[in-house]
Amino acid sequence: MPVISIGNLVKTFGAIRALDGLDLRVEQGEVHGFLGPNGSGKSTTIRILLGLLHRDSGDARVLDADPWRDAVRLHRRLAYVPGDVNLWPNLTGGEAIDLLGKLRGGLDRRRRDELLQRFDLDPTRRCRTYSKGNRQKVAIVAAFASTVELYVLDEPTSGLDPLMEAVFQDEVRRVKQAGATVLLSSHVLAEVEALCDRVSIIREGRTVESGTLAELRHLTRTAVTVETARPVTGLDTLPGVHDVHEVDGRTHLEVDPAHLDALLGQLIRFGVRALTSTPPTLEQLFLRHYGDDPTAGASAPAASDAGAPQAGAR
Amino acid sequence: MRALTGTALLARLVLRRDRIRLAIWVLGTPLLGYALAGSVAGIYPDQAARQGYATTSASSLVARAFNGPIAGTDLGAVVVAETYVTLALIVALLSTFAVTRHTRQNEETGRAELLGASVVGRYAPLTAALLVIVAANVLAAGLLALALVGAGLPPAGSLAAAAAIGGVGVAFTAIAAVTAQLSVTSRGANALAAAAVGLSFVLRAAGDVLGEQSADGTRVQSAWPSWISPLGWGNQVRAFGGERWWVLALPVALLLAGVALAYALAERRDLGAGLIAPRRGPASGAPQLLSPAGLAWRMQRGTLLGWAVGVAVLGFSMGIAGDEFNAMIDQNPAAAEAINAMGGGANLLDAYLAAMLGLFALTIGAYVVQALLRVRGDETDGVLEAALATAVSRTRWLGTQVLAAALGAVALLLLAGVTTGLGYGLVTDDPLGQAVELGGAALLRLPALLVVAGVVTTLFGLLPRWSVVLSWTALLVFLLLGQLGAVLKLPQAALNVSPYTHVPSVPAVDPAALPLVVLTAVAAALLAAGVAGFRRRDVPS
Ligand SMILES: Nc1ncnc2c1ncn2[C@@H]1O[C@H](COP(=O)(O)OP(=O)(O)O)[C@@H](O)[C@H]1O
Ligand SMILES: [Mg+2]
Repeated sequence: MPVISIGNLVKTFGAIRALDGLDLRVEQGEVHGFLGPNGSGKSTTIRILLGLLHRDSGDARVLDADPWRDAVRLHRRLAYVPGDVNLWPNLTGGEAIDLLGKLRGGLDRRRRDELLQRFDLDPTRRCRTYSKGNRQKVAIVAAFASTVELYVLDEPTSGLDPLMEAVFQDEVRRVKQAGATVLLSSHVLAEVEALCDRVSIIREGRTVESGTLAELRHLTRTAVTVETARPVTGLDTLPGVHDVHEVDGRTHLEVDPAHLDALLGQLIRFGVRALTSTPPTLEQLFLRHYGDDPTAGASAPAASDAGAPQAGAR
Repeated sequence: MRALTGTALLARLVLRRDRIRLAIWVLGTPLLGYALAGSVAGIYPDQAARQGYATTSASSLVARAFNGPIAGTDLGAVVVAETYVTLALIVALLSTFAVTRHTRQNEETGRAELLGASVVGRYAPLTAALLVIVAANVLAAGLLALALVGAGLPPAGSLAAAAAIGGVGVAFTAIAAVTAQLSVTSRGANALAAAAVGLSFVLRAAGDVLGEQSADGTRVQSAWPSWISPLGWGNQVRAFGGERWWVLALPVALLLAGVALAYALAERRDLGAGLIAPRRGPASGAPQLLSPAGLAWRMQRGTLLGWAVGVAVLGFSMGIAGDEFNAMIDQNPAAAEAINAMGGGANLLDAYLAAMLGLFALTIGAYVVQALLRVRGDETDGVLEAALATAVSRTRWLGTQVLAAALGAVALLLLAGVTTGLGYGLVTDDPLGQAVELGGAALLRLPALLVVAGVVTTLFGLLPRWSVVLSWTALLVFLLLGQLGAVLKLPQAALNVSPYTHVPSVPAVDPAALPLVVLTAVAAALLAAGVAGFRRRDVPS
């Protein structure tokens, strides 16, 4: 029984079709990465899973219950970190954590205090004086101090610095170890790579890919650069080979992973002197789905930009 | 001048963001002035009536405290006495909130950071906000002058009166420009500036109470505290009573000083920082906080305390004024008739007390609207989303807010009745008896307030995006129907729209159960509709 299963989900806001037949399946005990460009419908999906938004059509089940009808019962079994954390401005951070925990059905005091320390959060400050990152920490501490079956995290680390990011990753691993399931919407690729068992990539309200990272890599081309004794010919007729061009006697090309073997068989006949093969980076994988141009992943500067972990201001 | 780069652009942004608010302000103030001037002219049509009014106003300490120093028996002077304080307070608060909204609030929400990174000078945001808000005050004053002339008042006095009110707006624009630099939060900045408005009111009231009545008995010469109050300056212009134009230089001087100080403070601090360090609080939540009800109490208690102080002071003063009211009735039958139309019934003193309780019920309506609209504020801020993602049902959440607002209304009504009774009882030697009787009479107004709560809840549940505007509009309509309905001789069908119309005006008339039961039923239906709508709709929406 999957913990989250969504089929053909549609949600419109007036003329805007925020979700347009989205599918998502999150299995028990996995950390599932939920990726997509801004405005692709991640937060909308999550709000439907929490029974905050009403779906127009399609199926959505969470922990084998209807998220709209059984909202209150479900909420005892899950913890949520909103994408844009806002808190009661005149409560202190500590009060907000205790309030959210209590409203959810209680939290583990020892863990709460430990998390406050690890996240280096001052609980005596008023929420209105917290930065975005600190507000996020409040929501993260409140969520991880509760022992629940499912953690729903909507871009939880977009305001955290790299040190806090590491602490966050530890916490995700800890709850996973304890058997919980995590749905993690994120833009931080390193985080996804480090944490997620499986990912789903959505775009314009539809799921475009879903699977383990290895499976997704398989769908993207490998870049090959080869230097041969004799000029290479016959590449155009090989299946799965793209973008062949020569620079300074070296041949650059891209190949679908499934056809790598055939390519090597062909290259070997021309006396290979040097060969580099670069598997697709996660960035390229994303850019392929995020950008308008499916081949945009080849442009290196853009790739390294997107790959830099987003270190938020403290 | 680099520090001012981008001012024009930002001023246009302010205009664009606030075009509706500004239009309501700039057009609404003259319209309100016109309507009030007209109704006052109807109540005091001849010299004899105005002579009586002026003499009473000049001798009554309560009238001096709340209406300011009367400046003679001209119709214009009576109009100023009856309307100046109200209009000046409205303009002062509008200017205050507008300044905060376009300065500190932008910093708080991070919008200023976005702008600061573009080509915008350090002083540009503040300057742009001040330019627009001062211009709005000047424009509103100009139109108000025209409106007063249109209502039949002499041009010089009309201009002086309108300029006096515009001057108040300008003065508080300057004060708010400074408070916006002091506090880190827009709430804090508004609270500081609003406290300045309150202090000005108290100083002016004290100065006018301590002032001297002229030999002919129709004028008051204010004492020095009025002169250190920006609200008092407007009175010292003496519109319609031998205008002193030079007094108008005071708000202009304050504006210049305020802007200079605000610039200096802005120069010394970082973006987003303030000069008043925010206080620390408890590291963990006390058990009584950790429930929807505990949270509602925590969020409301400060506001409620402020309201309680205001209501108690006002109630007590109104009660004491009951005695002076007797004297006034003897001198001005027309005013007596107006009170009678508001309060109803045969005994004029009871009519007066009933009218005061009615006014309190209307005012406390504003508390109910404000308290309930916090849920909407929480929704737009994103706080509601976090709360509803916990194991609390929507019904419980909204129900708690409604209950909290209703309990607040009960407390304030009771306080209004009891303090009015105490004040009136002190001058008639029956403080306890009157406190009990008027306390009970005040509580009979609760069903009307429950209907107000029902209206807000329904709007929140069914038309969330419009709930703020429509809730306040509804209350304003109730207020206008209650205050001007009788004067303007509106048809009963129109008056019946307001729940306040249906509350028996005890103690002027005997209490009746039926209207209260019907009002309560209407309130229950509205509340049920609101909760049902909230349960069905998207959050946030
Ligand atoms: N309440 C709303 N009203 C109108 N449009 C909305 C609303 N919420 C989201 N949208 C739109 O739906 C789309 C998906 O938004 P969202 O789920 O927030 O995307 P993401 O979280 O992936 O950035 C966007 O185009 C957004 O503008
Ligand atoms: Mg989002």
